[in-house]
Amino acid sequence: MTAISDRQMLAYANAQAADGRVNLEFETQDGMTLNLGPQHPATHGTLRVVVKLDGEQVVAAEPVMGYMHRGYEKLTEVRNYPQVTTLVNRIDWLGSFANEVPFILAAEKLMEIEAPPRAQWIRTVLFEMSRIANISLFAGDMSLHIGALTAAFYAFRDREFVLNQIEAVTGGRFHPNFDRIGGLKDDLPKGWIADTKAAMARIRDYCDEMDQLVTGNEIFEARTRGVGVIPADIALQYGLTGANLRASGVDWDLRRDQPVGLAWDQADWQVWTHPDGDSFARFWVRLQEIRESTKIVDQLLDGLPSGPVMAKVPRIIKVPEGEAWVATENPLGEMGYYVVSKGGLGPFRTKIRTPSFNNISVVPWVCRGVYVPDVITILASLYFILGDIDR
Amino acid sequence: MSPLSSADTDAEATEAVETPEVDEAREAVVALFREELGDAVLDHHIRPGDDLWIRVERAAWRQAGFVLRDRARCKAFGFLSAIDWLPSPYGLGEDSPTDAPPEPDTEIVTGYAGGDTRFQVFARATSHSAKLGVTLKTDIPDDDLTLDTWLSVYAGVDWHERELREMFGITAIGHGHLAPLYLPGEFEGHPLRKDFPLLARHVKAWPGIVDVEPMPAEAGGADEEASE
Repeated sequence: MTAISDRQMLAYANAQAADGRVNLEFETQDGMTLNLGPQHPATHGTLRVVVKLDGEQVVAAEPVMGYMHRGYEKLTEVRNYPQVTTLVNRIDWLGSFANEVPFILAAEKLMEIEAPPRAQWIRTVLFEMSRIANISLFAGDMSLHIGALTAAFYAFRDREFVLNQIEAVTGGRFHPNFDRIGGLKDDLPKGWIADTKAAMARIRDYCDEMDQLVTGNEIFEARTRGVGVIPADIALQYGLTGANLRASGVDWDLRRDQPVGLAWDQADWQVWTHPDGDSFARFWVRLQEIRESTKIVDQLLDGLPSGPVMAKVPRIIKVPEGEAWVATENPLGEMGYYVVSKGGLGPFRTKIRTPSFNNISVVPWVCRGVYVPDVITILASLYFILGDIDR
Repeated sequence: MSPLSSADTDAEATEAVETPEVDEAREAVVALFREELGDAVLDHHIRPGDDLWIRVERAAWRQAGFVLRDRARCKAFGFLSAIDWLPSPYGLGEDSPTDAPPEPDTEIVTGYAGGDTRFQVFARATSHSAKLGVTLKTDIPDDDLTLDTWLSVYAGVDWHERELREMFGITAIGHGHLAPLYLPGEFEGHPLRKDFPLLARHVKAWPGIVDVEPMPAEAGGADEEASE
């Protein structure tokens, strides 16, 4: 038998003591600590929610993130402007094209150039298609967490039609990297408009299917109605945006209220709100949003102006000194870039304001006092992408 | 002063008068801040029809928050973060590792609405009724990297102030729970400060250096120079 060194003994004792500490934490007077994640399916990635429980009721919930922190704000400082879009594509990976747009618009604002109308229209179309790709998955995912597996399959099936169309234009299903300062990389391919309209029709069918399958379902309603209610003033204080805010009855959509030059005002569409502020409202508002998006895409494709897709820009892009803030209504909410330029090839500082970061910061507030299964539905209905929280 | 230079300034002044673009809504917000905070409003900058920056004194930071929320009716909180105005001593990190490092530029040039210090905290909120956003700025002196927390103004500032502490080392007094958000607890340094090197670039040189070809225009220019 080999002798155990003092060092090994010490390591063993320390390990035992660490176990003891964990147990102690699990069995305190205040109740028990439960870790949801970092690998829980409801976290779509690696978010950990440390939940302190009293029986089955949540006393405190604290999200722990950082598992996906990639330091994009620091990385933009060593990239030049055209290179940054490759990075920001990966923030919200389900609606990537929408991530590129506000950054490019901020750079264009500082350079005082404007993309030609055709480019702006195609940008809007692709932006809305990213929204459809993103949110259609949400609808399936939300039902999945409530136990309706079929809806998730439908979501993956029908999202593919949209992704195919995005791929046909940009060459990338998830990371298009298609937006350029001054316009777009390319024009639309031949026959694309008809195919896209067919895909939009499919998505509208998908919405109807989801309505029939999920919205009126008794179990679904029981699990989501009145659960995780966020009043409007709390939503505003926490900086909630997008469908989460509109589900709390706040009528605010950047596409309509703070247009940034894209073609949303050229289409006839509607902003949906819901007065309840609960998990059901968040689901319902998002479902309406996909329908509106398909309408926007259809209308814009009908009236697509002709002309170039790229403005005249210098080959080496230098952005004049200044500061610019541009935010757009991304699939998850208000995404904005605060770009500080010192006249160089790359941004001096970029503050990336991502919607999920603020949307999830309300979790400690909204999860207090709910039951464990409701934590899952609340997380699912707030809808976040990990890359969008951690950046 | 030569008479010529005074004539120049006169010309500039008349030019400024000639641009009639006045943003009344945003001017009104600035007037509100000046009324409530007086001299604590240090400077402001308006890009007409687009955006507004106001710089306040650090001592009035929290009060400015309340004015922003209650008087300017910016109920929707956006974000809070900071800018380190020190030029990066490492440049773009694209320089060849064998060359001498570029001469570091240490002159601090601040942006809109000015600034006196290296670190500047800025926050943004939006008024839905007026459909305008306001960016508030405040200077943080190097020897005292603190400011009052905004928790009582916008509850959602919680994580933003934790991020501020972690990434810039600026402490929000009164926050109480400034645990790191992203990085492990043992991590040393504040990554978004300009003097914090991007280590990946130092461990492995930027691959772009090797395969950058000169632009056609540049190549032509170089040839001409060579022939001369």
